[in-house]
Amino acid sequence: MIEILVGSFLVFMIIGALIALETADLLSSVISVGAVGAAMSICFLLVGAPDIAITQMVVEILSLVILIRATIRRDLTTIDGDREFFGLMATLAMIFVFLVLGFYVFPRLPEFGTPSMLQSSQSPAQYYLRNGLKETGAANIVTAVILDYRGYDTLGEATVLFTSILGALAILRVYSRKKKSHDGKK
Amino acid sequence: MIYALCFVLFLIGLYGVTCKKNIVKIILGMVIMEYAVNLFLILSGWRKGGQPPIMDSQTNMETFVSRAVDPLPQALVLTSIVIGLGVLSLMVAIAIRLYERYGTFDITEMRRLKG
Amino acid sequence: MTEKNKTAGMSLIVKTVTRWLKGFIFLYGVYIVLYGHLSPGGGFAGGVIIASTFVLLTLSFGKEYSLGKLGKLLASELDSLGALLFLLVAVSGIIWGGIFFLNFIEKIAPSKHFHLFSAGVIPLCNIAIGMKVGASLFMVFIILAVIRVREVNGKRKLITTEKRRTKT
Repeated sequence: MIEILVGSFLVFMIIGALIALETADLLSSVISVGAVGAAMSICFLLVGAPDIAITQMVVEILSLVILIRATIRRDLTTIDGDREFFGLMATLAMIFVFLVLGFYVFPRLPEFGTPSMLQSSQSPAQYYLRNGLKETGAANIVTAVILDYRGYDTLGEATVLFTSILGALAILRVYSRKKKSHDGKK
Repeated sequence: MIYALCFVLFLIGLYGVTCKKNIVKIILGMVIMEYAVNLFLILSGWRKGGQPPIMDSQTNMETFVSRAVDPLPQALVLTSIVIGLGVLSLMVAIAIRLYERYGTFDITEMRRLKG
Repeated sequence: MTEKNKTAGMSLIVKTVTRWLKGFIFLYGVYIVLYGHLSPGGGFAGGVIIASTFVLLTLSFGKEYSLGKLGKLLASELDSLGALLFLLVAVSGIIWGGIFFLNFIEKIAPSKHFHLFSAGVIPLCNIAIGMKVGASLFMVFIILAVIRVREVNGKRKLITTEKRRTKT
């Protein structure tokens, strides 16, 4: 039952992604990507990951607002034409080769429904599930993993977020030269 | 089969990055690629009849361990989603600067114009 | 540059609804941050919700109003404070337990499960991350909202549309 639902949402997402990339109007493509993100949030909820669903939903809303605010106010909304023909055909041929290889390789993965933590009873995921509440005191095992067992990765992630926001602010810095000369600042 | 559909979504994003002329379409292609990878990681942790890995005061430990889904991919994808937002803001900042410099979002023009 | 305070932002219906709802959205974000160890959520989702409160204010009322509520200097200080607090909690693990990032509160004084003030150092980390993520995303959105590309002297330039303050 869940496989059929997740499969149909995936087909919806593929159609939405194709529409997002092919349509000429920029506002429609940004909204289609928003629809893809909303379907992903529902898929996460079906598969048993509620805090990922919350995070994906709010992050996708904020990224839609950033994309629309920054790009749609420009007066250039349609660019038509294609890239040069030979490069386009070569890229499409290579993507088709990847697709064929993918359909050959991916059915050999473990089936959908048997995660890797079931392969052995000593896997880390079983240990975290069994002793998470006793050792950390947190009832949400995902929070216990990211903030206690694997806290160093969260520190790295905070650093990456800090650096990328710093980079974005440094790129958009505008020095104003008027009206501040009498203050003597800068 | 579900994993193969995730891979198709990833390849659509790759097509958007390599074959499109508009810079906003390239950014959307990268966003779709990142969505596909996060979805694949979470789907690989599901177990049949699975429950979310959150306890409350009435859960029995044995049924919880035998029915909960894998918490490790969820922990890794949680940070990946927020990092994707940071990288998106950086890409949009670069796109705005390119628009200011060249006056267009078309990347084939950006190779030919000077100054 | 005309006086645009009455026409900045959106229509009256949007402004009224935002005035009612902004407290609830902020409270919901704080709830998701604080109860991160008991129910789904955590610092990242809660921080993004807190940032979207201010984004809603900016979209409805204009940027002068929301910059009056939380200025750029205060936002960048909160951002750095959140990152430093997180690092401080990690280093305190060495001081009190000998291991980097040890949950030392849980080792020294274990508490009852399923309560708000349990799980040792995890709520502190959640609060630090929530502050950091919220302030960062608010700053990014404000910068994107005040930046315009205008034709100045025949060349395109990036200008900010903030009002100049004579003394910070």
